[in-house]
Amino acid sequence: MLSNVIMICTGMIGLAMLFCLWRLIKGPDITDRILALDTLYINSIALIILLGLYYGTALYFEGALLIAMLGFVSTSAVAKYLLRGDIIE
Amino acid sequence: MTSLNNLAVYSDYFVAALLIGGALFMLVGSWGLAKLPDFYTRLHAPTKASTLGMGATLLGSLVWFSVQEESLHIHELVISIFLFLTAPVSAYMMGKAAIHRRRPLAEGTRNAEEVERAAERKGINDRDDD
Repeated sequence: MLSNVIMICTGMIGLAMLFCLWRLIKGPDITDRILALDTLYINSIALIILLGLYYGTALYFEGALLIAMLGFVSTSAVAKYLLRGDIIE
Repeated sequence: MTSLNNLAVYSDYFVAALLIGGALFMLVGSWGLAKLPDFYTRLHAPTKASTLGMGATLLGSLVWFSVQEESLHIHELVISIFLFLTAPVSAYMMGKAAIHRRRPLAEGTRNAEEVERAAERKGINDRDDD
């Protein structure tokens, strides 16, 4: 039962990532694109967690943690660049 | 032994409910990102829905691994605590960047002049000598 549920959840999150991709392509300004990328990486963490559940291994956890950290750092770096025109002053 | 088997069966339903709920929240959040009219409302949808959706998904993963390996498996809590800490920070930074880039507000936004005042205000390091 759980594998079917994981497949359904994967489909739903894939649809969510398609919405984000649409906003990433269309987004009228760069701030919308940053927000779309931010949401995309959060959705990809959920996809990796679901993959680990599907295969029944905890190996993918480290990948999810890595994506979470790099995603936050990159989002805040780009937002800081937009705010100040520089990342590390 | 039967109680342990029952635990595995019940936990399957519990994990399934958590996963479905989490995926639904993330779908709604991304839908809001695609649909809502201006940047500030778009900022609202994914930051709240994604943290809640990620929290439910990670809780489901935590419960499943804990039941399968019959020991407490709290690795996933690290990711959810990290996301709960960082999502408001990144949302704040993106909102501030959008205010200073003078992104247009949706029609019917209340207190629009407050946003204008916030855009006028400079940061603490921004003091020019003029």
